[in-house]
Amino acid sequence: MRYAYFPGCCDHTSGREYDISTRALCHALDVELVEIPGWSCCGSTPGHSTSHLLGIALAARNLALVAEMGLDCTASCAACYQRLAMANVEMQNDPRLCEKINWITGKTYHGGVKVKSIVEIIAELNPEQIISRLVKPLENLKIAVYYGCLMVRPKAVQVDDPENPLVMDHLLEAVGAKTVDWGSKTECCGASLAISNDDVVLKLTSKILADAARAGADCIATGCPLCHFNLDMRQKKINQVFGTDYQLPVFYFTQLIGLAIGLTPDNLSFNTHFIDTSKVLELVG
Amino acid sequence: MRIGVFVCWCGSNIGGVVDVPRVAARAAHLPYVAHSVDYKYTCSEPGQNMIVDAIQKHNLDRVVVASCSPRLHETTFRKTIARAGLNPYLLEMVNIREQCSWVHSKEPDQATAKAIDLVRMAVAKAARLEPLSEGSITVTKKAMVIGGGIAGIQAALDIADAGHKVILVEREPTIGGKMVMLDKTFPTLDCSACISTPKMVAVAQHPNIELLTYAEVTEVSGYIGNFSVTVKQKARYVDHSRCTGCGTCWEKCPQKVSSEFNQHIGIRKAIYIPFPQAVPNKPCIDAANCRRLNGKKCGVCAKVCAAGAINYEQQDEYRQVKVGAIVMATGYDLFDWTQAYGEYGYGKIPNIITGLQFERLVNASGPTGGKITRPSDGKEPQNVVFIKCVGSRDEAKGKAYCSRACCMYTAKHAHQVLEKIPGSRVFVFYMDVRAPGKAYEEFYQRTVNEGARYIRGRVSKISRKGDKLLVKGADTLLGCQVEIEADLVVLATAMVPSRGSREIARTVGFTVDQDGFFQEAHPKLRPVETNTAGIFLAGVCQGPKDIPDTVAQASAAAVKVCALLYKQEIATNPMIAEVNESKCQGCLLCRDVCPFQAIETKTIPNNAHDQAKTQTVAHVNSGLCQGCGCCTSSCRSGAINLKGFSNEQIVSAIKACLCEDNFAELVRKVRKR
Amino acid sequence: MSVAFNLTNSLKDNFGFINNVSKESGQPVEQCYQCGKCTAGCPVAFAMDYPPHRVLRMVQLGLKENVLRSQAIWLCAGCSTCTSRCPRNVDLAQVMDCLRSLAKREGVPLDDRARDVSLFYDCFLNTVEDNGKLYELGMMLNYNLKTRQLFKNANTGLAMLTRNKIKFLPAKTKNRRDVAMIFQRVRELEGKAR
Ligand SMILES: Cc1cc2nc3c(=O)[nH]c(=O)nc-3n(C[C@H](O)[C@H](O)[C@H](O)COP(=O)(O)OP(=O)(O)OC[C@H]3O[C@@H](n4cnc5c(N)ncnc54)[C@H](O)[C@@H]3O)c2cc1C
Ligand code: SF4
Ligand code: SF4
Ligand code: SF4
Ligand code: SF4
Ligand code: SF4
Repeated sequence: MRYAYFPGCCDHTSGREYDISTRALCHALDVELVEIPGWSCCGSTPGHSTSHLLGIALAARNLALVAEMGLDCTASCAACYQRLAMANVEMQNDPRLCEKINWITGKTYHGGVKVKSIVEIIAELNPEQIISRLVKPLENLKIAVYYGCLMVRPKAVQVDDPENPLVMDHLLEAVGAKTVDWGSKTECCGASLAISNDDVVLKLTSKILADAARAGADCIATGCPLCHFNLDMRQKKINQVFGTDYQLPVFYFTQLIGLAIGLTPDNLSFNTHFIDTSKVLELVG
Repeated sequence: MRIGVFVCWCGSNIGGVVDVPRVAARAAHLPYVAHSVDYKYTCSEPGQNMIVDAIQKHNLDRVVVASCSPRLHETTFRKTIARAGLNPYLLEMVNIREQCSWVHSKEPDQATAKAIDLVRMAVAKAARLEPLSEGSITVTKKAMVIGGGIAGIQAALDIADAGHKVILVEREPTIGGKMVMLDKTFPTLDCSACISTPKMVAVAQHPNIELLTYAEVTEVSGYIGNFSVTVKQKARYVDHSRCTGCGTCWEKCPQKVSSEFNQHIGIRKAIYIPFPQAVPNKPCIDAANCRRLNGKKCGVCAKVCAAGAINYEQQDEYRQVKVGAIVMATGYDLFDWTQAYGEYGYGKIPNIITGLQFERLVNASGPTGGKITRPSDGKEPQNVVFIKCVGSRDEAKGKAYCSRACCMYTAKHAHQVLEKIPGSRVFVFYMDVRAPGKAYEEFYQRTVNEGARYIRGRVSKISRKGDKLLVKGADTLLGCQVEIEADLVVLATAMVPSRGSREIARTVGFTVDQDGFFQEAHPKLRPVETNTAGIFLAGVCQGPKDIPDTVAQASAAAVKVCALLYKQEIATNPMIAEVNESKCQGCLLCRDVCPFQAIETKTIPNNAHDQAKTQTVAHVNSGLCQGCGCCTSSCRSGAINLKGFSNEQIVSAIKACLCEDNFAELVRKVRKR
Repeated sequence: MSVAFNLTNSLKDNFGFINNVSKESGQPVEQCYQCGKCTAGCPVAFAMDYPPHRVLRMVQLGLKENVLRSQAIWLCAGCSTCTSRCPRNVDLAQVMDCLRSLAKREGVPLDDRARDVSLFYDCFLNTVEDNGKLYELGMMLNYNLKTRQLFKNANTGLAMLTRNKIKFLPAKTKNRRDVAMIFQRVRELEGKAR
């Protein structure tokens, strides 16, 4: 299995654990990721938030590159996935928009590429492919699986049900973990306001952490670097501002599955987290 | 041939847009037209007299009226020309109101031009009309009512009281429908069972009513006045002729099953009556859950039954009955919100219930003896949230329509909580309060005065918060988000057509609307009839409504049935299909397309000299044919024609529309394609 | 309470605006029946000056000035919670996108939170225009400069650095002029559209 891989702009910075663990996990599972040569920013929230055309064009440039590769496309970052997939849908549905965008990008793309989230790609594998490699079942681990917004909304690109998605839960359960039933699975963490209005974001993230803690989770699993950044890096500040004492490590689902099939914590970038991950490693044994 | 044309103003309805005198003047020059005038209100008494006089004075033999829709006044004008001695079918109507003045109100010139074209077509067709005469069929003096809710009960009682025989078919073990599940009914708060169970008993005892419960209609053939219906009596495994209804069996049966009647709050046994006042008051065994019938050891009921009524070998039985009319009263189910509303937890969060479940909770004969408690822990709720329009008025998740009864029953439920739980708080999330019935608004205001807090806004999410429910909504009047920690949430879920209603509509042979409710023949003027003659509608199966409207509609349907059953015979519509046997090839394509199964086969000698050689041709059953015309357009040899809309008549109208040369051009184009 | 809105005028003068929002966002704004479900579930409504359903109401009534100057449209985090629950199939998140881009194109003056959000978006996109990719450090420094809070998030920066999550030099896309051209052409088209 081969996919054109879109790493996203924070692949080497704030989202490095995701990129590293995605590549490691895919390698271990015989999913070949071919980085898109010459890829550029998908536009992220600032793109579509301020100009419809810009938002689509920035993503479309990458789709055109993928089309040249003759592969289907995947992105690990939920935001990148959503932008690429949305641009794809809009261009396929509206030929006039498509023409306009092609003029803007100077490329010709008329749809045809399939855009999938890395979550979908792992979920579509034959479960045996993962289970047969299982060396360290996450049996003692209770996980609050957090999907955020970008993977499950809007409807045209949703990876799973927007109110009670289960796809990552099922993956983690397959490697032995317990997942908790909690109410904030798809609540927004406010990522796009993180820099400009961090007081708002602190409120939103503290509610999510409170919910996960109340549900008795040992850690949180996610598939979005923005969520990860807000929940992991900001946890300390949340504790300061709200007088709480959460110590909830936040993982990418790829890190946890990787761990379960025997990849080493170092190879999965466990050491770059803000919240100490050793507790979880102990639980897993 | 002498054709008279009468162009109507319909006051300003047509005259305000279309240049009516001009249309009349143009018509005067058309072939065969001997007389053409315009008139303010042609359907009025003087207008009709004018037509009669004109026919006599000008010796007219065909009449064209250009006015409103034939659905409205075709019968009127047929009677008019019949008064003047013409065959009533020598009339042609042109709809220049709906098709001209109303749709083209902003373009009077084009509207007038179109009216002239339409009149020209009608005159061309009128010149080829033939006199037609009505046939007659005898009427089977017995009615069937399908569905034994309050609608079916009322219809059956009314028809029976008028002296006709009725068969009432109900698929559940008892009649009563939803109404007997209810506790009290708005706006008067009278006890629902107290006013409906006497009617149920009256049905069982009425000499003119034959009650078939636990039975389903599986096949219907025939036509108005002469339906033949196959009814399946499902096996009850209890011989009701022996059973005394003593109740020992269901007391002793060890198999517990979740009770449908109690909306799955509470249990029944595998042998059961749904509730104590059930009619008939004798049990049946639920084969899916009975131990014995599923190959396990038991047989307790047979052992304890002193009357020897239990019979595990009983089979489904089919019987055929003949009836002259059918009333559909199959009611509704509640929209299954657990499939659609993820934001309310997909039914996985405890203590979120439907209105019907609430009715069972608050009902003295319900599983809690009328104490309002939380299903999860039996505690009395202090904060109760009601959410209206769940699945109704929600195109994204459910249905676009309003379910009509829920505003009122929610006001009733709010009142009941406040009355039964002193000190409790009640919150009602609403978008609009629709209370347009007698004493309804007053009832709603009373609930508000009692302290129910009405909050204008939809709820976005319900989640667990400890053993409470966190309800997140908006108060759009305040412009704010609001949160309520509730103990119990009651959803006013949409009414949807009852399970299987599309299938039963197909079986009986009539149409459903876009939402699956049964389609009435006309939303205003024929609200209890279907487009299939002899089949009538009552209650929620036709569209959401409350009990007063249901009962009124049931009585209306009963009157229609009685009017039909009083006749010895009824006239048939002569505008039906007719087979030209000499042209028919016997391919029977027409039979496949006929939606009313009106095409039969017939064997005729294919040689006038040698009677032994035969061939099969199509034959139209005049009772079944509704004159829809599907068959005529499917026949390749042009052998089948619709009287009053023959190929020749229609082609002449088209030719008149296009003029001869345009027509030739068009034919060439179509051929090429 | 504000003075009475003159609806005769706002509907007359801003009819084009209402149509424009419907067209550009692809959302039939009349379809909204003001149930408030969007507001009820919006994660940032608490910080908004007008709750989401009112933003839509203002569009319906042609209150262009008020809506384009609102904080709400910039505070919207684009999470599409409103969209996915709207009973009338109105994609309010798209409407919010459209209003922001109209406000930007019309050069509506912004203040307070709205200004900060808009600045952040600009700083983000500037680095993309220059490099083809986001340059986080450059964006942060620029943003701090523009909002005159030089050491905002400095702690974060340090912690990021120790975890090797900051790159001092921007990563650059190979043909980054392609990306700059995208920005250029969008400006050209949008300038024309006005
Ligand atoms: C929670 C709630 C509270 C309400 N409270 C009030 C109130 O206080 N006052 C008021 O006026 N209205 C109230 N209503 C409305 C009321 O329930 C309806 O108006 C009324 O029950 C409609 O009666 P019906 O006979 O048309 O339908 P139903 O009661 O649904 O009866 C239909 C019957 O047909 C049977 N059936 C269905 N399909 C078939 C088939 N194929 N063959 C044979 N039988 C079939 C069903 O088993 C059922 O017995 C309330 C509704 C709800 C949901
Ligand atoms: S025990 Fe026999 S007689 Fe009594 S109710 Fe049951 S079946 Fe009827
Ligand atoms: S045989 Fe069936 S119905 Fe009779 S008692 Fe046993 S389980 Fe109940
Ligand atoms: S009756 Fe009231 S609650 Fe029911 S759908 Fe209509 S408006 Fe909503
Ligand atoms: S949820 Fe939809 S219909 Fe309701 S107020 Fe918001 S936009 Fe309007
Ligand atoms: S998209 Fe914007 S308005 Fe809608 S819920 Fe999210 S933050 Fe609120």
